[in-house]
Amino acid sequence: VEISVEAKNMPLTSVSRRRFLELVGIGVPVAAALAACSSSGPSQAGAGGGSGGNTGGGGGGAASYWFLNGQPQQKIREDAVKAFNAKNPNSTISYTEFQNDAYKTKIKAAIGAGKAPTIIWGWGGGGLRSYVQDGVVEDLTDWFKQNSAVKSRLFPSSFGAATINGKIYAMPCETVQPIILFYNKTVFDNANLQPPKTWEDILALVPKFKAKNISPISLGGQSLWTNMMWLEFLFDRIGGPDVFGAVFNGEKNAWSNPDSIRALTECQKLIKAGGFVHGFASITADSNADQALLYTGRAAMMLHGSWTYASMKADGGDFVKGGHLGWMNFPSVSGGKGDPSDTVGNPGQYLSISSKSSDDAKTTAKKFFQTGVLQDAEVKGWIETGGVPIVKSAASQLSSSADADFLKFVYDVSSNAKVFAQSWDQALSPTAAATLLDTIGKLFALAITPQQYASTMNAMIGK
Amino acid sequence: MTAVAQPARQTAPATPASHRKRQRSLSWLALPALLFFVIFAVVPLVGVLALSFTSWDGLGAIHFSGLVSWRAVLSDPGLPHALWVTFLIMVLSWLFQTPMSILLGVFIAGQQRYRGFLSVFFFIPLLLSSAAIAVTYKALLDPNFGLGAGLHTSWLAQDWLGNGKLALGVVVFIVSWQFIPFHSLIYQGAVRQIPRSMYEAAQLDGAGRMRQFFSITLPQLKNTMITSSTLMVVGSLTFFDLIFVLTAGGPADATRSLALDMYRQGFQANLMGQASAIALILVLIGLILALLLRRIGGRDRTGSQLEGA
Repeated sequence: VEISVEAKNMPLTSVSRRRFLELVGIGVPVAAALAACSSSGPSQAGAGGGSGGNTGGGGGGAASYWFLNGQPQQKIREDAVKAFNAKNPNSTISYTEFQNDAYKTKIKAAIGAGKAPTIIWGWGGGGLRSYVQDGVVEDLTDWFKQNSAVKSRLFPSSFGAATINGKIYAMPCETVQPIILFYNKTVFDNANLQPPKTWEDILALVPKFKAKNISPISLGGQSLWTNMMWLEFLFDRIGGPDVFGAVFNGEKNAWSNPDSIRALTECQKLIKAGGFVHGFASITADSNADQALLYTGRAAMMLHGSWTYASMKADGGDFVKGGHLGWMNFPSVSGGKGDPSDTVGNPGQYLSISSKSSDDAKTTAKKFFQTGVLQDAEVKGWIETGGVPIVKSAASQLSSSADADFLKFVYDVSSNAKVFAQSWDQALSPTAAATLLDTIGKLFALAITPQQYASTMNAMIGK
Repeated sequence: MTAVAQPARQTAPATPASHRKRQRSLSWLALPALLFFVIFAVVPLVGVLALSFTSWDGLGAIHFSGLVSWRAVLSDPGLPHALWVTFLIMVLSWLFQTPMSILLGVFIAGQQRYRGFLSVFFFIPLLLSSAAIAVTYKALLDPNFGLGAGLHTSWLAQDWLGNGKLALGVVVFIVSWQFIPFHSLIYQGAVRQIPRSMYEAAQLDGAGRMRQFFSITLPQLKNTMITSSTLMVVGSLTFFDLIFVLTAGGPADATRSLALDMYRQGFQANLMGQASAIALILVLIGLILALLLRRIGGRDRTGSQLEGA
């Protein structure tokens, strides 16, 4: 769940023009025009000189592929496509890159207008479910049955978020990204304090760090999904995976479960105690300011995705290389029913095939899934960035990496987890997720009580 | 910045008959503009109107659903809040911008060279995009790495964007900071149009500088004030980019104006029907406000702005 803010640079024109420009984004007849325009902004490339490839046909099965930009991941994705194109000069893939948030909007507009790329990059879960309900992505169940080798080389847990109503609609790819409790070892040593073993330890550490003028926990709270990660773990540790499972399955009043109320109350206890850094509600995760607070020693702990390891290594100077970064799975809560091995996060990233593509393009896409995704060079690339690729064979390569300790930890957490839950905002439908994040923002601002949270969210169940 | 096309008021034509004849023959000149207006304004507006009576997630088929979207929007407790936030931003930024713009405009209307030099600096905010301004202010106001923390001044190290009331104030301030130069420019032009003879006559009558400002400059700026206020008021309805980058409507929903609510409903919650309904509410409010302001300007037709009246 990396979310970045797209710099909206709106033209300074007359009110009517601008008002209507915004409306154009919603108007049906213009959605197609929008989608057509969208490829002008981001960079576009294709080995075979392929066009945007919106038609998906022509040129002997040329296919198109949209994915996210941002290094170091961008280069790894590009290289995988280039390697595939070099081997398959007659069925090449052209790619277009987008910024995270821009992508979410543009892929939606493109699919709505029937101009989707052949290969749709995504997060699986609730977003994929809405694609499936509208019939815009290809059912890959039979293809995976015929090509069982493609499936068996990947982590089984990665297929959960690709499976809707028992059918597989996406090819898992890239890396597994559990959420990890990071801490600054040096800060703990200087303060003569021990890393927490339980939730109660975390609460007890808060006043001790505050007395030393150190923020106990760093949090990029404006991004909201960062706040959500605390709730995800508290819900799991206190009530087990079934509490959110009931929400996911659309059970009535699922948020009013006593364990749910307790988790929300515990979370507000931490907020009221001043556990999170001063001004967390205005810090965005995209700016990496939350990570900076941890590696500059101004904050002691941070709950974040495993992907932040790479950026802390790049930006934090000696912090990671010097061994000052500590990590652990989220600790248990006393009296909780959850298994402390459970984790939350992104079990993988996902590639779907647009059902509107030509048969030739679909064939090329499937060939790419089979022979282009997570090949040796790509696997090596992900490991170098501190990521654990979702192929089983990667395990043996982890120990020779410079980041072997961290990679092994991520691998163990991911493979030993009794339950690897998907992030709530990805698991729910976009409509429910928008209200979820909104309500979490109010909960963290202490503007609503746990009971009000539950009643607001109960109204969204099944939507 | 946004603007409403204000048709220039006709000054009394010298020879009415011949003038009218020529006007008729030239009306085709309006065709290109009209065509653009229809394609880019009227057609999408009708599309949005139609969409507001449907359920659409932006992906699949569009289903007609009658008043479902309207009912959802109008019963959403977020709507009165978003209206209130929009109203606050509108009123507060008007209250802040108008006096500042008039004073600055009058000041830079003077012919002294240092004023021209200073006005170059005043115009800098006008050259920056809203997103760039928002990113810059966000960095300056960061509670941990911003200006306050860097200079070790505690009053500057407030939680500017994390506290609801402060955040709204900050939004109003930055919006005003961005657009005051534009409105100063309008006022500067208007001040320069005021005939010198009026001031000379006032001076002969013994009027001081203050008296001249309140009795000549301000009344002569009336029409300009209405134009500028229309731009401010209607423009503030659609502030999106700056707030989106700065606070994303937060903390909680403290700065979530109608435009942000529309975006959230449409592009985050995938409820295009409801987003369209909010968009129509915005259009309606904008139209009503623009008409109202024109009314205020048009009522006092006897108050001539012409020299010697």
